[in-house]
Amino acid sequence: MSATTLEQPVQNTSTTGKLIRRILGIAGILFLAIVAAVEIVPFVFTIVNSAKCLPAINAAPWAFVPSSGFIDCRNEEGRPLPASAMTSGVTFQPSLEGYQMVIAEDLPRWFMNSVIFAAAITICRILIDSLAGYSLARLKFPGNRLIFFIILGTLMIPGVVLIVPRFILLKQLGILNTYQGLIIPLAADAFGIFLMKQFFESIPKELEEAAEVDGASRLTTFFRIILPISTPALTALTIFSIQGMWNNFMDALIIVGTSPSLWTLTLGLTSLQGAGGETLIWNLFLAGAVITTVPMAIVFFAFQRYFVEGTSYSGLAGQ
Amino acid sequence: MAQSTTSTTAGTPARIATFKDKNRQEAITGFSFIAPAFIILFGFLIIPMFVAGFFSLTNWNGITPISRGLVTEDNPNGAFEFVGLENYNTILFNEGRRQESFYTALKNTVYYALGVVPVQTVFALVLAFIVNQKWLKGKGFFRTAFYFPSITSSVVISLIFMWMFSASGLVNTAISFFNPAYDPVTWLDNPTGTLHMLMNGIGINPTRDMLRACDPATLQLWGCEIASIRLWDWLSGPSVTMATIMVLNIWTTIGTMMVIYLAALQGIPSQVYEAATVDGASRMQLFRYITVPLLQPTTFFVVTIGLIGALQVFDQVYVMTSGGPANTTLTVAYLVYRSAFDDSRMGLAAATAIVLFVIIFIFTLIQRRVTREASGAGS
Repeated sequence: MSATTLEQPVQNTSTTGKLIRRILGIAGILFLAIVAAVEIVPFVFTIVNSAKCLPAINAAPWAFVPSSGFIDCRNEEGRPLPASAMTSGVTFQPSLEGYQMVIAEDLPRWFMNSVIFAAAITICRILIDSLAGYSLARLKFPGNRLIFFIILGTLMIPGVVLIVPRFILLKQLGILNTYQGLIIPLAADAFGIFLMKQFFESIPKELEEAAEVDGASRLTTFFRIILPISTPALTALTIFSIQGMWNNFMDALIIVGTSPSLWTLTLGLTSLQGAGGETLIWNLFLAGAVITTVPMAIVFFAFQRYFVEGTSYSGLAGQ
Repeated sequence: MAQSTTSTTAGTPARIATFKDKNRQEAITGFSFIAPAFIILFGFLIIPMFVAGFFSLTNWNGITPISRGLVTEDNPNGAFEFVGLENYNTILFNEGRRQESFYTALKNTVYYALGVVPVQTVFALVLAFIVNQKWLKGKGFFRTAFYFPSITSSVVISLIFMWMFSASGLVNTAISFFNPAYDPVTWLDNPTGTLHMLMNGIGINPTRDMLRACDPATLQLWGCEIASIRLWDWLSGPSVTMATIMVLNIWTTIGTMMVIYLAALQGIPSQVYEAATVDGASRMQLFRYITVPLLQPTTFFVVTIGLIGALQVFDQVYVMTSGGPANTTLTVAYLVYRSAFDDSRMGLAAATAIVLFVIIFIFTLIQRRVTREASGAGS
């Protein structure tokens, strides 16, 4: 009896419930699709419009079907072609003018600087963060916990607050507007140390003990045994560091902002705003935006799992 | 080994000695392993906080070499004087242009945070909840689509939005397409407050005279200045331009927040849902009475990092508006930069930065406390 009364309402709701569930499901997918479109469409149109001449961007930003063959944006007399000559309906005549202009604006140098900064800082972090993480995870020394809390505490210092004192400090050290001025302050980070410490703590101690019995020093053990099996954590550290440095703007602005030969991609892109005087040369901007984004996009699609895991991990770390 | 087997009396102290040696060696190794990281973090994160505190008490302009030292009678060409708390008084308490700038920046930043944080949190939660459904196909695609903007450079996104929201940009063209009568909005050069627009809409439309008047007796309050800003201006809400930057920020961060929520959702054991379903709970009830409460610590975390990020907004303002139009996108972080490098008032900038630090620090402490209590109560 009790079993049937229990089943009755469940079956009752399941017919209407199924309908409601289906409607909710469709609404949910619709919502996801709309948000996904809103997130992706700007990138698609950025790529498409980066390959247009300026008049075409202003007249028909929506045109997204390229017709074959690249054109020059100017006629033989050097006058800009009218938009009507370059677009009709949803089709447009592609042009590489934006890319040519942005490359002429010293973009290759900015690109190289970004590569140098990201690579140097990442290599430093791999070494320094993992040594520190190992020390905190495995080695006993007085003040171990205190140092760990100080390092964690630096996570609470907002970057914006540091712009003034870092400028002062680096100026006093005489390394403002140098490569080392941007690299050294960022050569270690608390999140990376935390990440490595957590990982090392998950490795069984027996591995190191075996090496120790064989008479290996701590340093040898660390480089020969621990680091080689730490690739997952090191990959995550590398990716986060590259992403952070590639996109870094504020530190670069303060530290190398007045020295154009040291500009990174992000700094260089902001300098383009003055390139056209009063008018903003959108194809120049958009081409620069595409060139800046493509390397990160490649890293992202190759290592997506680490990005997602790392982000959810930061959520757990913060608690 | 050989020693300890031959004589037990000498063996014990010898073994203790090696044990001590080993301890000492381990400590030395430990220190040397952590030294590089500690020196860098201490030197470039902790010491700067003291440097900022020190210079917030001076009137240094950021240009005169610090080596010239303190201004004294013997040293009239010194770099700076100690001014005590004057910089703090200038921005916080003394009526004037600097106070107006600071509170304008604070007002803009608070409106920004109040708009961005709740919207991005709710969106992230709902998206994560749907993506987490078992029946959903193409989870990977949606996760990628939502997450991709957050790995893109803030400068790049600012440029893309500048273009999309320009007068003849994609947004205006799209709206015109669906509504031919649409009068294009200049999104990035529009200082009108959104709350003002709302108030105008419901008939609160103060005239010029009313905006100048401050007479509590006759309830004419719009012109009353609080911290150098008129009451009417306090209630402006974010300007149209600021609202555009808010949209940008929400658009960028939803993905990160969603991934954090998704991880938390996957951590909820399925037995909890099964038990509730057996008890006859509907889907909506499951979401309302199980998912949301169990996600409370995560929500708190997401809200706090959202808030901390929002209070520091800088890159987008630098690239898109430089604080304009009419200072309606001036944020505290941008004010720090402007005072330091455009106005050459390093001392004032340092004081502004310290005030911002205190504000953010308070939020961080609240987050730590509440999360600890929540997890303490949970276990």
